[in-house]
Amino acid sequence: MPLIKDGKIARDPWTRVAADAPPPDDDALLVPYEIWKEHRDELLTRNGRLGVLLASDHPPQLIAEDLDRLDLVALEFPTFKDGRAYSYARLLRERFGYDKELRAVGNVLRDQFSFMHRCGFDAYECADATAADGWAKALSEISQVYQPSTDRRRTIGALRHQRPASRTDSAVPAAEIVCSSWAY
Amino acid sequence: MYRYDEFDQTFVDERVAQFRDQVARRLTGEIPEDAFKPLRLMNGVYLQLHAYMLRVAVPYGVLSSRQLRQLAHISRRYDKGYGHFTTRQNIQYNWLKLEDVPDVLADLAAVEMHAIQTSGNCIRNTTADQFAGVAADEIEDPRVYAEIIRQWSTLHPEFSFLPRKFKIAVTGAPNDRAAIKTHDIGIGIVQNAAGETGFEIFVGGGQGRTPVVAKRIRGFLPKRHLLSYLEAILRVYNQLGQRANIYKARIKILVNTVGIEEFTRLVEDEWQYLKDTALDLPAAEIERINAYFAPPAYDTLAHDDPAYEEKRLTDPVFARWARTSVHAHKKPGYAIVTISLKPVGGIPGDATAEQMEAVADLADRYSFGELRVAHEQNLVLADVRQRDLHALWQQLQAHGLATANVGLLTDIIACPGLDYCNLANARSIPIAQRISERFADLNRVHDIGRVTLNISGCINACGHHHVGNIGILGVDKKGTEYYQVTLGGSADENTEIGKIIGPAFDEHQIVDAIETIIGTYLEIRKNGESFIDTYRRVGLSPFKETLYATH
Repeated sequence: MPLIKDGKIARDPWTRVAADAPPPDDDALLVPYEIWKEHRDELLTRNGRLGVLLASDHPPQLIAEDLDRLDLVALEFPTFKDGRAYSYARLLRERFGYDKELRAVGNVLRDQFSFMHRCGFDAYECADATAADGWAKALSEISQVYQPSTDRRRTIGALRHQRPASRTDSAVPAAEIVCSSWAY
Repeated sequence: MYRYDEFDQTFVDERVAQFRDQVARRLTGEIPEDAFKPLRLMNGVYLQLHAYMLRVAVPYGVLSSRQLRQLAHISRRYDKGYGHFTTRQNIQYNWLKLEDVPDVLADLAAVEMHAIQTSGNCIRNTTADQFAGVAADEIEDPRVYAEIIRQWSTLHPEFSFLPRKFKIAVTGAPNDRAAIKTHDIGIGIVQNAAGETGFEIFVGGGQGRTPVVAKRIRGFLPKRHLLSYLEAILRVYNQLGQRANIYKARIKILVNTVGIEEFTRLVEDEWQYLKDTALDLPAAEIERINAYFAPPAYDTLAHDDPAYEEKRLTDPVFARWARTSVHAHKKPGYAIVTISLKPVGGIPGDATAEQMEAVADLADRYSFGELRVAHEQNLVLADVRQRDLHALWQQLQAHGLATANVGLLTDIIACPGLDYCNLANARSIPIAQRISERFADLNRVHDIGRVTLNISGCINACGHHHVGNIGILGVDKKGTEYYQVTLGGSADENTEIGKIIGPAFDEHQIVDAIETIIGTYLEIRKNGESFIDTYRRVGLSPFKETLYATH
């Protein structure tokens, strides 16, 4: 499955451990949560890099204690309609302070890149190899955002409260108070 | 009313360009229908029985005359010259061609409108009291908070793929005209003991196949916490709501499964992390939005206009219309007018392009160029001088818009049903038409008095049958349309779910059945008692007896 990082097809150095096979001795192992749960102590003694793959019914609280040892967390979208991982991603980034690779896997589509990016994903396994070509457009075609999220983009609300008092729209009074708490 | 600034305008323009590109890719076959479906749904485009349907968002039901003229123009240019106002305060076009939809969206964007999030498992159009800002019983204007919620929920990155659709309603008055307890989240503006205004929050209401009255999750939420609290509720639901079975995916099922106490605990826990963050709603932002909804330049008038009183005394037809269509306004000498879109034999909520243009002109002449869509599928002119009411009424008559039945039996709420909708089991529109023809005599309808009659063509309950005083639900029994009747529902501050009265009726029996129910009520009502009051006093049995004795 092609991996997209920073809008480009990237080489994937991670080996995914199959559910029924013992962990191979590769450098970077991506371990499904069921195997992680069973072999956690043993896996943590390895020198190589470790990642955990969470299915959509695995909330990130399950691995919260181990995050400082992980270099990859992969969150699965079994179908694009299952949006649980958007919340999981935000919890990982904002509540648990996870700052390594956060990868979207499963039914990952170009038209969801922007939402995923805003929730803190920075890597995408996408069946459609041409999706990388649409990456820049997918992230820029809607240029402003209304609500704060993990990406800490300045919201429309923040921009409004910081712009100069002159306005073309006379229906709006000049309540131009800069409000720091609304802005990131 | 709210006006787009350059940020809002840029946003909708970019959104039109994005969808134009997606439609182009669909029409060349680059995107197959199954991949295109979620993209079109996020722009309000459904594929119905006969054609594409576009649902246009009318945020909390507020429209300018300019916007209504554009809606008329769209219906004429791209559709069949009419539109259908819905129970979600939106408007739908039923006969569009897919290749025209980007142009329709561009025409909407030109008047600060869009169709975003009118479909799909996301936060839908936030609805509000259609009398917002002018009702005498209002604590504060709910449109301010509905607009703040609209902006926050627009393309929310975390909540665009929820387990199921999500509807929020806001009321600013103790008399609930926005049916907040039938919504996923209902918000009431309240005052606490210290005299501060804030929000009472209800969660887990809904209709559909499992009707549930929303439960209170918080008695008083200070204003600045509105968005963080909503985000906490949505985050709990997004993670724990059922996804395997769409009939169990609404938040009401989750709330019922875990219990309101546990659900409240989960939300409050989550909220501890979200409050006092960037989601905090500063007073300056509330003020900024509030300024858009500043009252118009009212004249200083006497309380009761003598000319209006005189016309009512001398013109009984006008007086009859005024009794149902004219409501108390908070400003002396002004009135709120509901325009019935329920003529005898008509399709509830439909308006032709000519009617829309006429109402736009009347809004300009008599009501500061603004109007509202009510969830009962009527239109509202909110700021009419009492002295202008007679002239307004005459002009409404000329356009078939002066039916004096608002709030009465023939002010029927009905979904599009099997005539348009591919979810429906039975037709709703012809049943509504036949009932309104049977009860065409306005004197009789006025004698019957206040009663709500709601019709849904399937269990999804878009026609709000569960909360009609009389509810009719279309069902399919081995290929034949049948109609199940419920009594006792209500959608106000005393929200109740109606009870099924007995075996369903076929399409030839249903109108007689309604007549029998009304006849029974007239027999047993006490002085001045409305239908729902009588029902609450006597229950189902008298109605059951007369209904099934004759069958």
